[in-house]
Order: sequence, then structure tokens, then C-alpha cells
Amino acid sequence: MQLDAMYQEIILDHYRNPHHKGLRDPHNAEAHHINPTCGDEVTLRVALTPAEGADVLDDGAVVSDVSYDGMGCSISQASTSVLTDLLIGRTVAEGMATLDAFTELMQSKGKGEPDEDVLEDAVAFVGVSKYPARIKCALLGWMAWKDAVSQSLEKETV
Amino acid sequence: MTTVREFGRAGTGLLDVAAIREDFPILSRTVRDGRPLVYLDSGATSQKPRQVLDAEREFYERHNAAVHRGAHQLAEEATDAYEAARETIARFIGADAGEVVFTKNATEGVNLVAYALSNSATADEELRRFQVGPGDEVVVTEMEHHANLVPWQQLCQRTGATLRWFPVTGEGRLDLSDLGDLVNERTKVVAFSHQSNVLGTVNPVRPLVERAREVGALTVLDACQSVPHMPVDVSDLGVDFLVFSGHKMLGPNGIGVLWGRRELLEAIPPFITGGSMIGVVHMEYSTWADPPQRFEAGVPMAPQAVGLAAACDYLSEVGMDRVAGHEHALTEYALERVGAVEGVRIVGPTEAVDRGGAVSFVVDDIHPHDLGQVLDDRGVEVRVGHHCAWPLHRKLGIVATTRASFYLYNTPEDVDALVEAIRAAQQFFGTRP
Repeated sequence: MQLDAMYQEIILDHYRNPHHKGLRDPHNAEAHHINPTCGDEVTLRVALTPAEGADVLDDGAVVSDVSYDGMGCSISQASTSVLTDLLIGRTVAEGMATLDAFTELMQSKGKGEPDEDVLEDAVAFVGVSKYPARIKCALLGWMAWKDAVSQSLEKETV
Repeated sequence: MTTVREFGRAGTGLLDVAAIREDFPILSRTVRDGRPLVYLDSGATSQKPRQVLDAEREFYERHNAAVHRGAHQLAEEATDAYEAARETIARFIGADAGEVVFTKNATEGVNLVAYALSNSATADEELRRFQVGPGDEVVVTEMEHHANLVPWQQLCQRTGATLRWFPVTGEGRLDLSDLGDLVNERTKVVAFSHQSNVLGTVNPVRPLVERAREVGALTVLDACQSVPHMPVDVSDLGVDFLVFSGHKMLGPNGIGVLWGRRELLEAIPPFITGGSMIGVVHMEYSTWADPPQRFEAGVPMAPQAVGLAAACDYLSEVGMDRVAGHEHALTEYALERVGAVEGVRIVGPTEAVDRGGAVSFVVDDIHPHDLGQVLDDRGVEVRVGHHCAWPLHRKLGIVATTRASFYLYNTPEDVDALVEAIRAAQQFFGTRP
């Protein structure tokens, strides 16, 4: 029975009681991502605040809010909930580093040794990385976040 | 097959599955920490009996050569094997060999027809009657697999024709109440599935064909879920084209069939062009071979054709009526047992009338992906998601479903395992005590 390793209590908790759910304003950009193999979807908004002393949004900007709505399996919904806990209040650069760490964990085929200081509740997803078909579920919200942040920064440079 | 056996258990409609399962080595393996495999995903792809694997292997070991090329002995043997396979497969669906075109799969078969129709614009004068353009209509249904929907959308986009569709009722049947309006004098093509891969619904072919004939429209039948599971005779159906895939009927991957009425195949231009499909080639222009070669560009998949013919022989020996009877009994049993689980709702007809062995369902408060994970943990392999029928799911107001699909090697005990696994998932996620 490997199910308990995959569906750790943290994941089920986030699934049943998602954090920061619901779309909010203000936001700089919104991304809608769909997993074409199952139809699961997430709409995610990012609000950014320029870094202190900066008048444009850059890597140093602070993620002041992440809000989302979506339909999907426990893994995709819990992962997005965990994301909001991890990334709200961080800078874009820190968020991207966290995304990289999470992506690496997801590609670890169950052998990852995640840094709990960086990934916090997201370390619970290590069991998911053993199931290739579910990795996309875990990354759905994260890819939407990356997309929304990129859009926010692009808007700034136009 | 090596021995002649008697299949079936008297009075039950069920086949003697123990004997059949011996021919499928994969069914005796275990999965996920030693669980016996309960394979309930034949609607996606079927498992293959030794007889099919042996036929393909024997072709490679004894007769391998590029067919319809070369004058050496192997080329002759390979060509004979390929054309004999075509005859066997044609017989299996009541067709003439000259009407059977080998394609990569059913998807390619649908695309072949759709592209031939738009290629008519560049074809000879006599072929222009198949041309589709602005003002013309193509009719599909809301329950189509993407393979019998997207190619028609694309045809309409390329040509300016209009796509229309039959709606699906809440019970998962086609709503034909607007048949006379939907299929009209502007309609060029009516494309629909024989049996839904999600709902299991077997669609009524006759009224659609009769109406299409009245208005001079071509009919294209997606038979992917019917040819493997019930007796199908193209002359009874009366459609103009029919497609199916080999891998869903015990055959190899990489081979499918487009059947078309001879006079139509002779009249339509090719889809994929290149070697083998030509009459003569000049630097400036080329002419086409007669069908079916016209539609088989490049070195064809002879070993897979031989394997598919072996699959047809296997199914014929069991008897397609008995395969259908077996699956009917399993479907009845599954609808009753799965439908009786508290918190489970069957998506599609709940009675085994005009209905095949694809049983899709939703379980309250458990996403199909999560359900599938628990089932898989217990060795029960099903399909989860939208099953390449996204618009149908949207119409039914569901993101995704879980689908169990049966074949001649499944047993009532497989259904029991499914039911137990659904209950286990409800316990695991705490949605039922």
C-alpha cells in the first residue's frame, strides 16, 4: 500500500481546506492553465509590489497576493494551496527558486530529498513524484503562477 | 489457433474465460506490489493473445520484406501475407478486400476521408462533386471521440463549411428529434460513432443513414468500439465509410482500417502521397493507383496487418456473437453492482439495452484521478479523465469520469474487484464509512 506515502495528511488537509482560494483583486496578471489529459484547470492571479526603491516590477518585486480558482484532483488543488502559502510575501526571485526546487522534487521519481526550509508543506509531494501521470497535476498551479508572473513582468517592460 | 475449443458457460452468456486468459500472458502478471492485474481498460487498448504475437513474429522471422516492391521470393511471400491479411480482415466485417484500406489507426482513417474531401478542390473535374465549401454542412454528434470531431472541425475551417451536431440527452442517448433539420440538402457528411467510448451507447445507424441518403450526404461511422465487441457487417449498416483500430481488437498497434464503398474509394483523391500509391510519375505530374493502394503511400505495415488478421481469426473462432453476449452479461452485472454503490452515479444508459461494455461513472467527492490512484494501488486498471471526449463531458457538466471497459477476457470477479476498490477509495478519502 503506497497510497499513504502519496496522499500524506498534509495534502489531504490542503485539499479539504484550501488556503487563499478564490479570485481576488487587485492583480497584475491572470493565467488559466489546463491539463489536457484530464481537463483539470486552474485560474490563478498574481499581484506584485515593486521592490523598495524601485519604480518598475522586476525580480525583486514582492508577491503581495496569489489567488486562484480551479477544479481538479486532490493533488492539483492541494499543490496550488501549498503554493500560495509558500510564495505570498516572497520576492519573484525567491518564488522562482522555490518553483525550481519543487520542479526538481517532482522529477525525482520518489528519490528526492527536499529541503524543508525551502519547500515547507510542499515536501509532502515527494510521493507524487513516483507516479509520472500525476506530476502534471502537482505542477498545474505552479506553471500558472510562473506564467502569471512572467506576464506581469512583461507588461512592465512594454 | 492450435486447438479447437468449446467456449462458454451454458445459459449464462459468459465465455469460458479461464481458457481464453491462458492465451494472454500479460493477464497473469502482477502490478503494484504483487497485486493480480485486473485489466479494465480495453476501451483504450486491448491486450494481445499469443496467436497475434506469434503471427507477427513469424512474419518477421520467415517472410519479412517490403511488400508490393521487388521480385524476389521474400517480397512475394510478404506481399501474399499482406494481401491475405486484407482478405481475412475484409471477411471479418463482411466487406470485399478491395474496399479495405490500411491506415495507421482509425484517427488516420477519419483524416483520410476529411482531407480527401478538401483535396477534391484540386482534383480532376469528376472528383469535384465531393468538394466541401461555404454553405455546405458537416454533421457530427456531441458524443464523438476527438478523433471523429477534430478532423471535421478542421475540414470546416479549411473549406468554410459549417459544423453542426446532434445533441446528447441526459440519459446519454443521441437526440434525433431534429434529424430532418440537422441533416438537410446542404449536408455533405454525417460522421458519428457506432458505440460511444464513454457512455457505451450504441447509436441507431439506420435512421441516420436513411436521412443522409435522402439528402445525398456521405456517412462516416467510427466503429472503434463496435467492431472489436460485436458482429459488424458493413453491408447491413449501409454507411459509406467505416473506420476502426487494430489495437482495440486484440491486434497490434500501428494498424487501422478504413473501409469505404468501392465506387467512393475509386472517386476520391488521395490523402497522403508518395511511393506505392501512384499510377505513373513524371517530373511535372503524377497519376494515382487504384484503391486501396491509392491510400497506402509508403512501405505498408505488413507485419501488423498479419497480426490483425490473426486477431480477426481469434475473435472469429470464439464467435463475435458470443463475445458480444459475454460483454453484455458483464455490462449488466457491472451496471447493477457499480450502480448500487452509495455515492456512485453511472454516466450513460443505466440499462444494458443498446449499450456496450464501457461503463463510466462518477463517485461523490472523489476526483477520478484520485479514485484511479486507489484502484491502481489495488491492481484495478481503469481509465480516468475525459477519454478524448471533452465536449461530451462539458455537456454533461462533468470535468472527468472513471471508465471501466470490458473484453472477452474479463470476468464477473473483475467487476467485484472494481466494486471493492471503489469502496476502499471511499474509505480512504473518508467520503463514506
